[in-house]
Amino acid sequence: MNSGDTAWVLVCAALVMLMTPGLALFYGGMVRARGVLNMLMMSLASLGLVGVLWVLYGYSTAFGTDVGGVGLLGSPTEFFGMSRLVGADALSDTIPTFAFAAFQAMFAILTVALISGAVADRARFGPWVLFAGLWATLVYFPVAHWVFAFDETNAAGEVTAVGGWIANRVAAIDFAGGTAVHINAGAAALALVLVLGPRTGWPRETGKPHNLPLVVLGAGLLWFGWFGFNAGSALSAGDTAAVVFLNTLVGASAAMLAWLLVERLRHGRPTTLGAASGIVAGLVAITPACSAVTPLGAVAIGLVAGACCALAVELKYRLRYDDSLDVVGVHLVGGLVGTLLVGFFASESAPEGVAGLFYGGGVDQLWRQTVGAVAVLAYSLVLSWFLAWVLQRTIGFRIDSRGEHAGIDETEHAETGYHFADVGSTLRRPATEERGSTDALEGSFR
Amino acid sequence: MKLLTAVVQQSRVEEVRAALVSLGVRGMTIAEVRGCGRQQGHTEIYRGAEYTVDVVDKTRIDVLVDDAEIDEVVRAVVSAARSGNVGDGKVWVTPVDSVVRVRTGETDERAV
Repeated sequence: MNSGDTAWVLVCAALVMLMTPGLALFYGGMVRARGVLNMLMMSLASLGLVGVLWVLYGYSTAFGTDVGGVGLLGSPTEFFGMSRLVGADALSDTIPTFAFAAFQAMFAILTVALISGAVADRARFGPWVLFAGLWATLVYFPVAHWVFAFDETNAAGEVTAVGGWIANRVAAIDFAGGTAVHINAGAAALALVLVLGPRTGWPRETGKPHNLPLVVLGAGLLWFGWFGFNAGSALSAGDTAAVVFLNTLVGASAAMLAWLLVERLRHGRPTTLGAASGIVAGLVAITPACSAVTPLGAVAIGLVAGACCALAVELKYRLRYDDSLDVVGVHLVGGLVGTLLVGFFASESAPEGVAGLFYGGGVDQLWRQTVGAVAVLAYSLVLSWFLAWVLQRTIGFRIDSRGEHAGIDETEHAETGYHFADVGSTLRRPATEERGSTDALEGSFR
Repeated sequence: MKLLTAVVQQSRVEEVRAALVSLGVRGMTIAEVRGCGRQQGHTEIYRGAEYTVDVVDKTRIDVLVDDAEIDEVVRAVVSAARSGNVGDGKVWVTPVDSVVRVRTGETDERAV
């Protein structure tokens, strides 16, 4: 084991953890004021539930011994409860398995939280939590196995333990989760939107972003945490991590510029929301590519992603689906752009050492990228649609129109995000009193 | 000259505004207000402490209207504001003694 590598991965795990509260603020600022708390809560719920599921069987499903040796699923019971994990990680050998498991836990949590932006103001909280757990179990954990579980080999190069089919048989390059995280979450978001339908009054009366400074704060936290997400995926503190770190910076920088330029040309003004969205679009696109391209390649991918996503977020008005905070337009489209562009911009001088179409490598890597992207997209879209449809038909996923009218914060959480003047609000019952004792204050407090 | 005041559901403001514009009303004042009527308030809970919030968010629209047109405008506002639920609000009309347009000094009908 190597203490430098271990320290780096543990710090990166903490950085990635911060992305989920960052995402909550990024999303929270974009909804109307009376839905901000529910938007925060959908992300927080993922930190709670998916964190626990990861320890129970999530890690094992993603990184346990492959069931049947076909690369579809790890054994959910092998490391149930994270037993038998003490010791060095079998693949990297320089970090503890627990450091790797903690780092990957944050990925699972964030991916589930990403989906929530699509269903602003209309998903009941209980069914959302149930969906989050089912989706993590049936979609994220297996797909993480496909993409992130590499074959273990012995000194002679023979495979001693089979990993996921996309990572090994297809050999698609997805360094930190363009397919497993972003295409996966983006496709799930699309499925949820199709099942739940648009917000009442969309798009005319569903409101503007209520707090853009909050959105920028969230985007900043995401960018900060993303250095852990990408550079931490090197699983060692060395050359690869350093290149990836720089590519993560510059991919986002270029994408922000491109998004602002598109806005300037199409709508006349560069906007704050556009800058924040461009940053995230660039980070999404560079995620799969950050180990496979040079810094100039990262700039190119950022520019393409920023421009594509800026155009893609307008599609929902033409195609009439209420992807409220553009999870499809930013994460699905950005994930596809980054994953496919690896096939063009991959350079042999980058750590991955693979040449793409523009660097004399032909179309070999491009088709591998395409297979990986399409497989994850299709699987996530179908499974997510089915899960959401079953929840809607059985327990009801969408809040009723009265609740939507009053605002989801009041309906689902009995709180409001902002109190500027406490007119007409009185404490009826302190926390110590039983529910139902309507005159509690009469006796104990007056 | 009359002052029409409408306190309506927030979600009906766009309809009311559109109805006024279609009758040729060009100016109005719109404010976010809170108040109480027959509609129930709601409960909020913070670390188990339960608060009753007895006032609800509404929107208040004030508009100056000629005497000859006031009945038609009231009818239009009421029908645009109606959702059929408790809490649809009130519309009332008060007489106005005089109106001055600040920029020109024009008065009464010419100032509206």
